[in-house]
Amino acid sequence: MTPEQAHQMITDILREIAPDADPDTIGDDADIRDALELDSLDFLNFVEELSQRSGRRIDEDDYPQLATLASGAKFLAGP
Amino acid sequence: MPVLGADMDEGTLVEWLVKPGDQIHKGDVIAVVDTAKSAIEVESFHTGTVAELITPVGETVPVGTVLATITEAGEEAGGRGAGQLQAGVGRPAVALAGESAAPAGEAAAVEAPKVKRGPVKRPRRERAAGKAALANAGSKPAPVKPAPAKPAPGRARPGRRPVPQITALPIRSTPLVRHEAEQLGVDLATVRGSGRGGTITRADVEHAAGSRRRRVTPLARRLAAELGVDLAAVTGTGPDSAVRADDVRRAATAGAAGAQAGQAAHAAQADRARRAESMRHAIARLMARSKREIPHYYVSNTVDMGAALAWLRERNRSLEVSERLVPAALLLRATALAARQVPELNGYWTEDHFVPGEAVHLGVAISLRGGGLITPAIHHADDLNPVELMGKLRDLVNRARAGRLRSSELTDATITVTNLGDQGVESVTGVIYPPQVALVGFGKIAERPWAVGGLLGVRPVVVTTLAADHRATDGYTGGRFLTVVADLLQRPEEL
Repeated sequence: MTPEQAHQMITDILREIAPDADPDTIGDDADIRDALELDSLDFLNFVEELSQRSGRRIDEDDYPQLATLASGAKFLAGP
Repeated sequence: MPVLGADMDEGTLVEWLVKPGDQIHKGDVIAVVDTAKSAIEVESFHTGTVAELITPVGETVPVGTVLATITEAGEEAGGRGAGQLQAGVGRPAVALAGESAAPAGEAAAVEAPKVKRGPVKRPRRERAAGKAALANAGSKPAPVKPAPAKPAPGRARPGRRPVPQITALPIRSTPLVRHEAEQLGVDLATVRGSGRGGTITRADVEHAAGSRRRRVTPLARRLAAELGVDLAAVTGTGPDSAVRADDVRRAATAGAAGAQAGQAAHAAQADRARRAESMRHAIARLMARSKREIPHYYVSNTVDMGAALAWLRERNRSLEVSERLVPAALLLRATALAARQVPELNGYWTEDHFVPGEAVHLGVAISLRGGGLITPAIHHADDLNPVELMGKLRDLVNRARAGRLRSSELTDATITVTNLGDQGVESVTGVIYPPQVALVGFGKIAERPWAVGGLLGVRPVVVTTLAADHRATDGYTGGRFLTVVADLLQRPEEL
């Protein structure tokens, strides 16, 4: 997956989880949870969906890397 | 119309899920009702057979209004703990809001116990919608509350309502028109459609039928004028297809429904704003009542979450995302168990005394996107392990935000939890939801310097608070409750 695809995947999922908020309006380096006001359950849904679509295992230790769009895209596109 | 939460005084019937003759059981979902807060699935409090659906879809009625009658199957259906009640039982089907109040006898008996603030008074006027308002639309001042926007338009101009359900359809004719043609002996193949896309309209058929006059009873004609129904659009069911008063009434209802559907999309946005506003009002009323009536006292405690988080982390490590627990599951579990151990805080304050809850039904404050909050209950939360609680919580949050909660979930909570930790606040001191007597608050789990056995370390801690009703308990009891919560969280493996 390219970083662009990963970025797209993340914003798609965020749009489903928080339909009232627009992930395109938040900066690449903004904290996703703060910016979109996600609670811990929202975030869990986000991780679950991300893991499913990318086919990649995401551990709790990886959560910090999903904090922003930029770091999340890099994480998903990485090895 | 049941009271779906202490802050509700009217509701709109959105959908019937049963029909007359259906067998239903206590707890079955029988209808969907829209309130200021959310669409809610209404469960039956009775077992029996649906006799009649009284409140039509789209109608907004005050709480206490009979929605349907149910013929009971022997079993006695008593009142509920919290004093919430439901549509009536096998009684004359008269208590339609907008008409004179329920017949004195049984109806009143069933409706009475639930709300003190006379549910029938004010809303009755503003929602005479189906009937009186039709006749003299425009002469009435705007209702006090944001009007149930749906049924309004089209009604304001008697006699000029178009017939959208016929001309708007992109097919050559409609069943109604075909029926009409059949009645009038007109071969549709010979008719040139004047509607959009060549659609054959009723007028075309009538034109083709020549000068044959429709027969209309005088009463029907007068009603049509009053209700703003186009007689040409009414199917007569009398002899020789004569239009009778009943036909006009039916057409008026159908017309309103059609107009409503057409606006649905357009109204969605306005609807949202209206909902946000009325939810604000509902919360305002309830919270003001709480602060007016309940002498709150507050206690708080800071709890070391080190053991709980370490246990969660270890547990989650081996699991798929969908099976992982969040700390909130443990906090809820500890609260539910503490409520069981300190039952003085689990229940209701009604009529000057405390009534213990039949079980621990844990209300959970859920913030809704777009503003407002709702506090549905997790039933028998003390019987659920953290995994089950977590599942219930996820389900509840999803349904709360999708507007699919059940009536019992909104009325049964015996104690409520608010967890603002996710928003980053250190602590929250809540306002009790009447008639409950306690509200538990959790702040953010954050690392803080922490002294244990004369040594200073850094530990994740959470501030727990309790707001409780001083009429029901004293600070000592509240303190005991928080101590139990703290102790339980030190032994997460036993939760």
